[in-house]
Amino acid sequence: MKKILEVKGLTQLYGKGCDLCFDATGPDKETNICPHCGSVVALHNLDFDLFKGEILGIMGESGSGKSTAVKCLYFDQAPYAGHAFFYDDDRQYDLFTLNPAQRRVLRNRRFGMVYQNPNLGLNFGISAGGNIAERLLMNQVSNYGDIRARARELLTRTEVLPERMDELPKNFSGGMQQRVQIAKALATRPPLLFLDEVTTGLDLSVQARILDLILEIQAELDTAMVVVTHDLGVIRLLAGRTLVMKYGRVIESGLTDQVLEDPQHAYTQKLVASAL
Amino acid sequence: MKQGIQFAFLDEYAKREIRRTVLKAIAIPGYQVPYSSREMPMGRGFGTGGLQLTLALVGLGDTVKVIDQGSDDSVNAVNLRKFIELTCPGVDTTTRLQEATLIQSRHRIPERPLRADQILVLQVPYPDALVIVEPSEDKRKVMHGEADYARLLVKLYEDIVKFDEITISHRYPTRINGHYIIDPSPIPRYDVPKLNDAPALMLFGAGREKKIYAVPPHTLAEPLAFDDVAFRVEDFTDEHGNRRACHLCGATDSFLDEFFDEHGDKLFQCSDSDYCTQRQEAGA
Amino acid sequence: MGYVAIKGGGQAIEGAAEVLELLRTREGDAGAPLTLETIEKQLYFLHGRILSEGGLYHPKLASLAIKQSLGDTLEASFALRAYRSSKPRLLSTAPHGTENMRLIRRISASFKDIPGGQMLGPTTDYALRLLRMELIDETPEAFRERARTLLTNLPEEQVPDSFPKVLDSLRAQGLLPKPSSAAREPAFDITREPLIFPVPRSAALATMARAETGSLLAIAYSNMRGYGDVHPTVAELRVGYLPVMLAHPITGEATEIGEVLMTECEVVAMYEDDSDDGPSAPTFTLGYGACFGHNEVKAIAMAILDRALQKGRSDGPSNPSEDAEFVLLHIDGIDSMGFASHYKMPHYVTFQSDMDRLRTTQRKHQEASE
Repeated sequence: MKKILEVKGLTQLYGKGCDLCFDATGPDKETNICPHCGSVVALHNLDFDLFKGEILGIMGESGSGKSTAVKCLYFDQAPYAGHAFFYDDDRQYDLFTLNPAQRRVLRNRRFGMVYQNPNLGLNFGISAGGNIAERLLMNQVSNYGDIRARARELLTRTEVLPERMDELPKNFSGGMQQRVQIAKALATRPPLLFLDEVTTGLDLSVQARILDLILEIQAELDTAMVVVTHDLGVIRLLAGRTLVMKYGRVIESGLTDQVLEDPQHAYTQKLVASAL
Repeated sequence: MKQGIQFAFLDEYAKREIRRTVLKAIAIPGYQVPYSSREMPMGRGFGTGGLQLTLALVGLGDTVKVIDQGSDDSVNAVNLRKFIELTCPGVDTTTRLQEATLIQSRHRIPERPLRADQILVLQVPYPDALVIVEPSEDKRKVMHGEADYARLLVKLYEDIVKFDEITISHRYPTRINGHYIIDPSPIPRYDVPKLNDAPALMLFGAGREKKIYAVPPHTLAEPLAFDDVAFRVEDFTDEHGNRRACHLCGATDSFLDEFFDEHGDKLFQCSDSDYCTQRQEAGA
Repeated sequence: MGYVAIKGGGQAIEGAAEVLELLRTREGDAGAPLTLETIEKQLYFLHGRILSEGGLYHPKLASLAIKQSLGDTLEASFALRAYRSSKPRLLSTAPHGTENMRLIRRISASFKDIPGGQMLGPTTDYALRLLRMELIDETPEAFRERARTLLTNLPEEQVPDSFPKVLDSLRAQGLLPKPSSAAREPAFDITREPLIFPVPRSAALATMARAETGSLLAIAYSNMRGYGDVHPTVAELRVGYLPVMLAHPITGEATEIGEVLMTECEVVAMYEDDSDDGPSAPTFTLGYGACFGHNEVKAIAMAILDRALQKGRSDGPSNPSEDAEFVLLHIDGIDSMGFASHYKMPHYVTFQSDMDRLRTTQRKHQEASE
């Protein structure tokens, strides 16, 4: 199995920071706010590996740091500390040392991102097809017909009616907006996809269909994914391995089956037990 | 002219800065070089950018032609030419393109091809083609630097989706030397091909926006298009499929102004008044 | 000398100039031309505004600009600015403080009383804006009598030559931030360098100092009304004549070469708990406004926007008044009026191009629906 992503010591801190921040926060301190300086330790020493074609789940409640991790890896934020290495066939990228132009290339061509809030992932001023075209045009595609065909293909694959391809996303339901986001994220066939709470807030039946879609795509394209969620059901369905996070730290990790069937940490046990 | 005003109005420091800016612009084709544009006695929007270029470049022995909408007689051209005559003693002015060494123009490139010893100065209101998709200049600079024109291309895509056509009429985004996309000023699409591989130097001056850029001689200038949706110039064919002609000189190869005469009849006439006049003189 | 013969367009322009002159002189035999002195004295605030927006302290030419522009403030500022742009730069002075301004007005809203006192000076602040009908038929005799009466029997009170700055006392109490390291850098010259964002504070202040008053006021007002978070208090507003000091070319001694009438406003705003140079005790934050001439609204607006822009620079803009690009690129009267006016110029070639596009898309729309 080839490694595609290696994260070491990923740490994020908001605020001034002091020497006591890391020791004074965490799951055993029941907080991620430093009592001495008021800084928020959103993430501390996150380590994980991701392999080609694998789905890794990061599970936790709000404030656990799970979304922060993905935002750092997708370059939405610069981390406080840590390293991340992206392996793309025979190339290796030290992500947090790249310059803005290099970051942009990876974001456009090798990574995909689907946000919980479609406003972050879609341009609401252009049509659904236009959103996908934007991604393709960043990659030097210069044939209008080809762009149309590819956009239609992607939207059909994500079950958006092709007749609605030229409409603005603001006229779509929440579920359909997420589908357009997924289509857009896949436009450049990225080997790595980040999904941040993508089904949260959608109707259950819509959620189910989107989760199925993600599995189908994963099987077809062999895309490695990092799935961030607070929902056990999503983890159970999608992730082969899971990290459980609380107050910015990983408290448990392992094969999803093991973590959910035989949780070791008290918090994980509580989470599993309280799942409906 | 009152004593104390130097040749060509601008002080030497200003001229030096403009010339240096021009050199930089030529060295980086299509890149908008910022400069501290001076106020001129005519309003911003009336050609102060083009005028500063002309005044910085003109010297004794030069012959200057000034046109607006293709015509030497248009009010803006008349005004600018008067100012140049007033402030540049020893510099001739002309309407005949062949006699000119420096041509300042608003919204048109002359019909007759330019020579290597001529410089064309175009007046620019909006130097940046990206301004329609991004209002922040700071962000646009990064986009230009990274040749990130995807959002501009999406605009073209959306146009074709809606209208089956690229609907940009003038200020057509054009890629220079394979990198920077410029706004070629409000010249019609008809004139955009004249930028490509031209023998003359084309300079673009935006006074209010304080930028100068250039298309050096024999440089690639490609209007943005898709492989399968071509760039098209304005269509001057009538209902019968014939290319319209100028009612004065009969030319079928020039950009035509459309207007109504006193009787209410629609007429078409060469926009380039000098081209038309010379054709009439030659008995065309 | 080869020149193009004047034809239709040229004659129209000459005609327009003549008609404008007629507008100006149409009182005919019943009228008398405005003198430059009258404009400077009786249209005092207008005159100061032109000095500031033209960006050139030349009272006589500012009057001339107003006279030839028939009172159009944008045109007058433009004429003065264009004149300035043709003048070579001879020398620069060292930076001036304003402690030794010869004041005609000086107030503070931060304290009930201040060393030197609250000197209201010539202000409309507390005047009732009732039309003074008695001025309708003011005779030259009555006019001269006014000044004569006001100047006789003046009380013997001594007014100090200069007044201490209110901010100095706040600074002595440790309530104000220390000047940042940027304050020691040479000032940005906006007439020599183009603005490339982000710009230093001195560039923002210089741009605002010659900005069009209404434009500056509107954006500052948006901040005051709630789009911003400045909550300012005027620490000091002073109006007076600042002596301009230049080093003597031989002895090097600072010599007064003249004075400029100017308005200065220093504003104190909500406190922050760190400064650009590192964490420190919380202090008030400052906003500074200054301009040529007596123009208080402009100085206050400028001070508020100075604060807003500083905040926008450190925290990222959260509204247009904190966005340096938005503010600084849209407040210059010469740029904005020029561009607004240019829409009246011929645009028929571009319009021809637009018509071509519309006709083509209409035709396609027609074909599609058939």
